[in-house]
Amino acid sequence: MTALLDNFWVLLALKVLIIAAVVPGVALVFIFAELKISAHMQSRIGPYFAGGRWGWAQPLADGIKFMQKEDLVPEDADRPVFKFAPMVVLMGTLAVFVIVPFSPKLIVRDLDIGVFYALAAGSVTTIGVLMAGWSSANKYSLMGGLRAAAQLIAYELPLVLAVVGVVIQAGTMSMNGIVVAQIEPVFHIGEVAIRLPFLLQGQVIGFAIFMIAALAELNRTPFDMPIAESELVMGYLTEYSGIRFTMFFLAEYAGMFSMSAIAATLFLGGYYLPGVPEGALDVLGPLILMAKVTLLVFIIIWLRWTFPRLREDQLQSLAWRWLIPLALANIAVTAVAKVVL
Amino acid sequence: MALRVSKVPGIGLMKGMWLTLRTLFKRPVTINYPKEKEIPVPRARGVIALDTEACTVCMLCARECPDWCIYIEGHKELQPPSKPGGRPRSRATLDRFDIDYALCMYCGICVEVCPFDALFWSPEYEYSEGSISAMLHDKERLTDWLATVPAPPPLEKN
Repeated sequence: MTALLDNFWVLLALKVLIIAAVVPGVALVFIFAELKISAHMQSRIGPYFAGGRWGWAQPLADGIKFMQKEDLVPEDADRPVFKFAPMVVLMGTLAVFVIVPFSPKLIVRDLDIGVFYALAAGSVTTIGVLMAGWSSANKYSLMGGLRAAAQLIAYELPLVLAVVGVVIQAGTMSMNGIVVAQIEPVFHIGEVAIRLPFLLQGQVIGFAIFMIAALAELNRTPFDMPIAESELVMGYLTEYSGIRFTMFFLAEYAGMFSMSAIAATLFLGGYYLPGVPEGALDVLGPLILMAKVTLLVFIIIWLRWTFPRLREDQLQSLAWRWLIPLALANIAVTAVAKVVL
Repeated sequence: MALRVSKVPGIGLMKGMWLTLRTLFKRPVTINYPKEKEIPVPRARGVIALDTEACTVCMLCARECPDWCIYIEGHKELQPPSKPGGRPRSRATLDRFDIDYALCMYCGICVEVCPFDALFWSPEYEYSEGSISAMLHDKERLTDWLATVPAPPPLEKN
């Protein structure tokens, strides 16, 4: 068994299988959570019949329904690009999970430049969105794709700059290293060592900027101009149906999962929780991380069902006039504090 | 100048978040219709019931109906004179009284206009049909609704 696990290709196949099974599964749970939370926030009941109790099978039923539908390609569409776009989006989202540490050992690959890789892999989805918008031969899709491009360029900057503060504070770009840096005691009161996640070590502004920019990266309301239903039908998704639409849909919720996992790792201490002995982290780590991810996903859903969509110029002004200067100031203050203290 | 809470930047956003969070934990106002039944208010405008005994075939309701969804046919019958040697009375008899609920817009003008209180509102609402022609309720069906009509509200004093 150990010999088999030492084989690089067997291990690789195993990791790919686990990620490919766990991520869509978790995405389905988040889809169901969104259905139910949105319903109750609007004083509705939400799905109720599918699967018997609470309508728990609703996302499964939706998924099966989507897969049964015809996979339509518009006549004027750029066929190969049109067919490839959802795969690019889903791949970009799934690739991020390579560097998410679920426990000290449970990580696909602890890259030295983990944070950099996560942000780079996450940005691949933008290309998929642009491909979808361009190849659909539909004015709404094209507008949606262009809006997505403008939005993602604008918000990639604050996202990266917010992470820089954490990297300065941790002194490493490896995701596992960042968690370990948060486990290390900050200061001592007598015998008791105080361990704090970076959120409580002065990265509050960085966390806020990261979450706002992540919302925009995920095209979630209040930043959902690329798929604004009331103006653009469904944006770059307009011409998609069947299995390809399902892939976009899964990618959206898997993206929520990945962004929340990165935010939890960078700012909330990842798999570590104060009070849990370090020996137990191998077992409890994934649960702790999932609890933090669930909390962040709930906040994302909560924001979506509370706030209306921003106007396009308000969106750009928020990114360029507020978030980027604020993130730069955050970096400066963090750097000075790191040197002085 | 006193510090007003409504002037704090971003307080509006927080208020919105608080509202949705509160609603999340409240009981939903909607119900699972086929499983649970909504209880309408007693004088809800569900369906119109007909009292054939009171109807005099005056046609006022059919004429006032904005949708022309009431169909009435009747004829006159001679009644024996009330006093011996008197003139035989003629009495209008209702042959047909149909309301097409596929056309009805539930304005209630027919109920208002009826001079002999032959039409009533009933709160029953479960009479949807698979076929649109089945929405035409005939005299017998309209009379059946009479059993569901609630008692009229008590008269006002003075």
